Amino acid sequence: MTRNGAIPESELHAYVDDRLDPARRAEIEAHLAADPEAAERVRAYRRQNETLHELFDPTLDEPVPERLAAALAPRRGAVWLRSGALAASVATAFLLGWYLRGAPPAAVVAEAALARQAAIAHAVYTPEVLHPVEVRAEQEEHLTKWLSKRLGSSVRAPHLGAAGFELVGGRLLPGGGRPAAQFMYQDARGGRLTLYVSAEASDNRETAFRYAREGSLGVFYWVDGPLGYALAGELERERLLAVAEAVYHDLNR
Amino acid sequence: MDELKDLIAEQIPRLRRYARALVGGRAQADDLVQDTLERGWARRHLWRRGSDPRAWLFTIMHNLHVNQVRGRVRAPGLTPLEDNAPEHAWRPAAEEALIVRDLARALEQLPPEYRETVLLIGLEQMSYQEAAEVLGVPVGTVMSRLARGRERLRALMSGQTQPTLRRVK
Repeated sequence: MTRNGAIPESELHAYVDDRLDPARRAEIEAHLAADPEAAERVRAYRRQNETLHELFDPTLDEPVPERLAAALAPRRGAVWLRSGALAASVATAFLLGWYLRGAPPAAVVAEAALARQAAIAHAVYTPEVLHPVEVRAEQEEHLTKWLSKRLGSSVRAPHLGAAGFELVGGRLLPGGGRPAAQFMYQDARGGRLTLYVSAEASDNRETAFRYAREGSLGVFYWVDGPLGYALAGELERERLLAVAEAVYHDLNR
Repeated sequence: MDELKDLIAEQIPRLRRYARALVGGRAQADDLVQDTLERGWARRHLWRRGSDPRAWLFTIMHNLHVNQVRGRVRAPGLTPLEDNAPEHAWRPAAEEALIVRDLARALEQLPPEYRETVLLIGLEQMSYQEAAEVLGVPVGTVMSRLARGRERLRALMSGQTQPTLRRVK
């Protein structure tokens, strides 16, 4: 502390955080008694610390979700999904791939774009009554052949009957510079889901499920080998996740 | 390696607390924790026996978080992923609630590097030296971020709006 001046900022904080030796602490206390402005700041900062604990300490007592405990096992995405663990098990290979390389997170940006394009396509086509799809489910074989050819990669429409959704059909869409596909599904009450498939992912990677939400529309998206997938629907997160897992399993049969 | 596994598992509650304070929503915070655990586990051969697993894991989380924040900045127009509303598990008295909510909101408005510093020290009770190691910056930088972060919080909570702030390292 300077003789007549203010307490050095760093010491003020060290005092707040109780990191001073007793002698120094006593000196600061004496100074604070004569400096209401500094004393007020100390009180405010201490209150911040206390409030942080009030706000976030309850997290310490929450049960640890299974997916976090499971993260300490050398398992890969597919196993996780089968185990019913919650989404976002970022495949280790993918993470290490781009984090360790120090590359800019272009991959993540590209995947977020995938979710966005899927959300837009969903919003445009699901309200369609007359022409929701270009090729109807009755011609599924033709549909998948055609889309596979245009995307340059083998594409097929997963069967989601067990999850309560039937294929309506599909269409070709412009993706980010390359063709993309959209499959549309419908449940018994007419609620619609779309699966957007894009061949933009050039390298063979595998990512976990990621989740995005725009208004009432939720999107789970992931990359599996050469294809990026985004499942969009106005469903609760958990329900949409269950369908996304069904998609993933069906496609990896 | 089972020894390390236990040491890491012990840190999960604290990692979750810090992540919750850092990014807000529960699901988003747990995603960050999961990424941290997976990365830590994948790099377990880099851990030095006897060294503090907490500092090591928090460093990993810091790096992941920085990358995520950068990724978001480079993808304008994206709605923040996951649930936006922070979830808090407690029911305080009415008057108290006001203060607490204000701090939660004020925290969100801090630049990420200030928020991290304030949280590592104020919530995680790390020493300035530990925080410097986790954040990969000199102790002096930690001190200046801490001072600015706390002062900003104080201003935000007393309803003062501050002029546009300079980004300080």
